[in-house]
Amino acid sequence: MSAVVQIENIDIVFGNNSNKTLELMDAGGTRDNILSQTGDVVGVHDANLQVNEGEICVLMGLSGSGKSTLLRAVNGLNKITRGKCLVRDGERMVDMGDCDEATLRHMRTHRVSMVFQSFALMPWLTVLENVTFGLEMQGMSKKERTEKATQQLKMVGLDKWADKKPDELSGGMRQRVGLARAFAMDTDVLLMDEPFSALDPLIRSQLQDELIELQERLKKTIIFVSHDLDEALKIGSKIVIMESAKIIQEDVPEQIVLNPATEYVEKFVAHTNPLNVLRGNSLMTPVAELEVRDGLHIAGDGVSLKLNGTILDKAFVDGNEVSVLKWDTNVNIDTLPKDVVLLVPLDISMRDAVEIRYHSNHLMVLEKGGECYGILGDHHLYHALLGKHFGNDEDAAA
Amino acid sequence: MDWLTDNKIPLGDLMETFVNWLVDAAAVFFDFIAITLETIIMALVDVFEWIPPLALIAMIATGAWFLHRSVGLVLFIVAALLLIINLGYWLETIQTLVLVVSATFVSVLFGVPIGIAAAHRPWLYTVLRPILDLMQTIPTFVYLIPTLILFGLGYVPGLISTIIFAIAAPIRLTYLGVSKVPSELLEAGLAFGCTKSKLLYRVELPAAMPSIMAGVTQCIMLSLSMVVIAALVGADGLGKPVVRALNTVNISQGFEAGVAIVLVAIILDRICKTPSSKNEG
Repeated sequence: MSAVVQIENIDIVFGNNSNKTLELMDAGGTRDNILSQTGDVVGVHDANLQVNEGEICVLMGLSGSGKSTLLRAVNGLNKITRGKCLVRDGERMVDMGDCDEATLRHMRTHRVSMVFQSFALMPWLTVLENVTFGLEMQGMSKKERTEKATQQLKMVGLDKWADKKPDELSGGMRQRVGLARAFAMDTDVLLMDEPFSALDPLIRSQLQDELIELQERLKKTIIFVSHDLDEALKIGSKIVIMESAKIIQEDVPEQIVLNPATEYVEKFVAHTNPLNVLRGNSLMTPVAELEVRDGLHIAGDGVSLKLNGTILDKAFVDGNEVSVLKWDTNVNIDTLPKDVVLLVPLDISMRDAVEIRYHSNHLMVLEKGGECYGILGDHHLYHALLGKHFGNDEDAAA
Repeated sequence: MDWLTDNKIPLGDLMETFVNWLVDAAAVFFDFIAITLETIIMALVDVFEWIPPLALIAMIATGAWFLHRSVGLVLFIVAALLLIINLGYWLETIQTLVLVVSATFVSVLFGVPIGIAAAHRPWLYTVLRPILDLMQTIPTFVYLIPTLILFGLGYVPGLISTIIFAIAAPIRLTYLGVSKVPSELLEAGLAFGCTKSKLLYRVELPAAMPSIMAGVTQCIMLSLSMVVIAALVGADGLGKPVVRALNTVNISQGFEAGVAIVLVAIILDRICKTPSSKNEG
């Protein structure tokens, strides 16, 4: 994995006394303290971040936590007070905070493009002209850019709207234009500043799906700002949580939910829907921890298992043997027979697990390569749904 | 109290000395401006006078049609201009129109760039604002006197006074429009690689255009309101019959000339209103 964006010890300060402010920051002054002493606002404090090729890195935090400020450092819209923001340009890495006007323009036209929260479409230009705007800055000929823009509009399903003005479009369509404009630039890096926040929930989720789909094909490196953890968990391959100008946790989505670093993160997690994020292996009780009685592993909920080493041999419900069936992710859950104990993949999504539990009436056994690893029952599902602290899960299960 | 009145500050005398000094020192310069402008305006008036009135009316009506696509507006313009011919004020109307359009042209030519510069430099606007206030609040008759001395009788002092009075509108509204461009649009412009000049021509000016156009319209109306005053220093046009009627207490002439001015004002206002601002209004 190679870094496309490398942020090293970045501080961003808004105000005129940055020297004094930096001193105070190094001395450990808080944001409020610094504001009252120097009148400067600390936007970002000592941020380090590496974003690799093909990743969707989501910057998460409440408003004012510095996430948009950090994002805007990557294309030089915000001046970096101290530190480096390196962005890959072919073979070299360019420091966006310390390069000349021409290099900055080159980076903006060829390496980094951006999608805005309130769309930022030029109201006097047509949809097509809006998409060609950046291409014109790249110096592309008129014929070429019209062709390319039309193709991008087709990709977001708006080719029939090319000659309309942005104010004739709905919010969701406008942001599709915003996406087309950014994707048309063919840059490696895409910056997205809460692109879906201004949209209705249904349209938002639809556009999130479209973005995920586009990303699968185009494999861009995306830095995405959001204040919605559900959105972050859904689209992010890495989540960076910020609180008052600092990065406080950086991890993959599941780990954010399972191991929140601070109370602040925990509060975010408490309000999310874990169904889309959690996987069986982080919820299960491992086979080794099950009570063994008369050669049977007692799995709870009236189910006991007979294991042959690590291979599941037989399953009993209230003493009666029931058949064991293996489920694969491509099998429609509705077609499964009732009253069986199912062997499911170790990394089953929680959404599937809940549906299978609802359908089969029994707990599930998690397997990988034929070997049993653990069980997933009502207790685990309820726990996950209630957003309990997962670190203590084993104690509760015992 | 006597002390206060006895020691009068020679404010007016100072101004007079300054104007006299200007006349002495730069007479050639002001004469040059006066002659050039006078020639240009006279030539324009001659050209429009040479065009047969009906042909000119047709041209104006066609222009209005292409701008607004409104049958009502075209009919009104034709009727109003025919009425002016009927009343016998055609030549004066042309003179007034030329004066108004030239004053507006010069005001916009200088006002818009000044407004843009002010929007980009806050200190410049801090300096400009009191000057603009002064230009608009000093009674126009007051600066009619020095312009009369510097440029002599005729169109030019009228034109200069009109410009001084009207240029504040395009400056202010351009400043307002450019400084109110949404920051997201500016960011989008920069993020997609605009240079400073591209940002101005492709983002700031188009975004500020409704406001700038409002400034132009306002400038035209302000210029028109100066025609009567300009007539006092010898500028030809619809103001002349009004002034003459005032001096001779001639009700009928005063009323007719007044109606002609109002008609010209309405025509200019309706033509200048941009279609987009019509939707909003």
